Amino acid sequence: MSLLERRRAAASVPPARRRRPALLGRAPQDTPAGIGTYLFLAVTALFAAFPLYWMFVIATSSDEATSQLPPVVIPGDRFLPNLDEVFSLQDVYFAASLVNSVIVATVVTASVLFFCSLAGFAFAKLRFKGSRALMLFVILTLTVPNQLGVVALYIVMGKLGWNGTLLAVIVPGMVTAFGVFYMRQFIVNTVPDELVESARVDGANTMRIYWNIALPAVRPALAVLGLLTFVATWNDFQWPLITLNGTDYPTSMVAISDLASGNYVIYRRVLAGAFVATVPLLIMLVIGGRQIVRGIMEGAVKS
Amino acid sequence: MPTTRAAPEPGTRRRPPTGRSTTWRDRLHRFDVRYVPYLLIAPFFLLFFVFGLFPMIFNGVVALRHWRLDEPDRTGWAGVENFRRLFTDGDFGNALYNTFGIFLLSTVPQLLLALIIASMLNRRLRAQTWWRVSALLPYITPITASTLVFNVFFARDLGMANWALGLLGIGTENPIDWRADKLHSWIAIATMVNWKWIGYNALLYLAAMQSIPRDVYEASALDGAGPWRQLWRITVPMIRPVVIFTVVLSTIGGLQLFTEPMLFDLNAQAATGGAGGEWQTVAQLIYKVGWKDLNLGYAAAMSWALFLIILVVAALNTLLTNRISGGRK
Repeated sequence: MSLLERRRAAASVPPARRRRPALLGRAPQDTPAGIGTYLFLAVTALFAAFPLYWMFVIATSSDEATSQLPPVVIPGDRFLPNLDEVFSLQDVYFAASLVNSVIVATVVTASVLFFCSLAGFAFAKLRFKGSRALMLFVILTLTVPNQLGVVALYIVMGKLGWNGTLLAVIVPGMVTAFGVFYMRQFIVNTVPDELVESARVDGANTMRIYWNIALPAVRPALAVLGLLTFVATWNDFQWPLITLNGTDYPTSMVAISDLASGNYVIYRRVLAGAFVATVPLLIMLVIGGRQIVRGIMEGAVKS
Repeated sequence: MPTTRAAPEPGTRRRPPTGRSTTWRDRLHRFDVRYVPYLLIAPFFLLFFVFGLFPMIFNGVVALRHWRLDEPDRTGWAGVENFRRLFTDGDFGNALYNTFGIFLLSTVPQLLLALIIASMLNRRLRAQTWWRVSALLPYITPITASTLVFNVFFARDLGMANWALGLLGIGTENPIDWRADKLHSWIAIATMVNWKWIGYNALLYLAAMQSIPRDVYEASALDGAGPWRQLWRITVPMIRPVVIFTVVLSTIGGLQLFTEPMLFDLNAQAATGGAGGEWQTVAQLIYKVGWKDLNLGYAAAMSWALFLIILVVAALNTLLTNRISGGRK
């Protein structure tokens, strides 16, 4: 009980401090933004958005649009014909690649959510020998650059017979150190020990506590981790290129790079494909932008 | 945020079993408490050992062997041959040079701009969330997609970059050929990297800035510091851990740069990074040596070298950042 009370007491401090009048030397957060700030941010947002917008412009135009000056900034009406061309290219498998990307990103995300919340729950709320050392190990693995193992990973996948199949891109990503770490932090802070203890006394087993107590409490964190994982998996390029290139099972990123290779690249076609492969992520940003922002910002403070 | 939940009603509590009877229930309970935690964390460790740690170690073995994809029969120990070759390989030296060049051109402006944008976002803003989300637009965009858009921007003839520079009076006579030499191709690629990561880093900085206690600023009012000096004298030293974190992150990411240089090439699948390797990075060279020249042994040695370089540079950058961001007080 004392733990809970202390936490509540600590939470009530910041609002009191916030009310302190501070005219001189007030913190930037309390300083209303001036017109200059808004202008600067607006120009920044424009720079951030323009390449995406222009991708759409070219994707909807005819060939001349890429080389018109001053640049065309109004979308054309050829989006469907351009898209049709992309989908009918025989050896790019663009339609299949979109399906593959959906499969890979969905399976990886679901699995990351399940396994990372399980492990995070164990590290946060269960007592077992070596839990501290094992958690430290998880954190250390975060710092290992993945580039190092790529050659050997290819050989391992070859031995398993998975190269050129979606298994090669799905299985290694099914549980991540970042996910375990993130879920652990969240569960430590949101699931009270007392609740776990009393459920135990009531005869609930570990899985039941996970399912009925921990999981409902961490839904916001699941949303954040899910969005971040989906985006990262969808956008992954190097490893899918290595293992899937030249097969009939590319992901959409590999297919796009295929579209962009060759002596004469037709940009309205390439960018129509690129745009289609970007749309799912734009939708995610519109729906879950707030969560993605929160996930990135929380991750920064915690690490 | 503490969530309060009603404790279970006292009446429903069952007494824990007393006595020493070892029924299957007790055994199950003991198993549940003692071993289930390990089962819950097992998937991570299993996957990490098979697809993370083992490949890393095995990579060292591959680097010491002859390992070619086109001659599977020609095996055997190569000793340090693959590693020795690195020192005389002009391609490797060139790729290293390019990687560092692009790294410098991307990291420094990227983090500085992120800092400035973060300090703007740290004001009391209308539609706060909207500004933050818009900063993440590049972050969620696939690098493959954005690089292809930038390819059109950086076309030599009738490209938007040259057009914009022309408005400023630069290169109106001879438009810049962005793929013809090192510096220009590096600038083009660094622009893409910066575009992608500035907003993301800005949010990391913003998060740290918002956890700076307000009284620090109150105390500083006495020296009459303006916003610019406030940023450099108070904010940056206070968020130093996150600055170091971002420097390490961009070192690890920047030295492994792959997608942008790959797709900047008009013939992307060749992985040569320009006709003369003008912008071929180490990660790209590893891909080319491994999967175009089919020499996995040599590619593995290169990955090891890159790993060591990343370690050293990350450590150096940490020290350097620590001094710069702290020494200003």
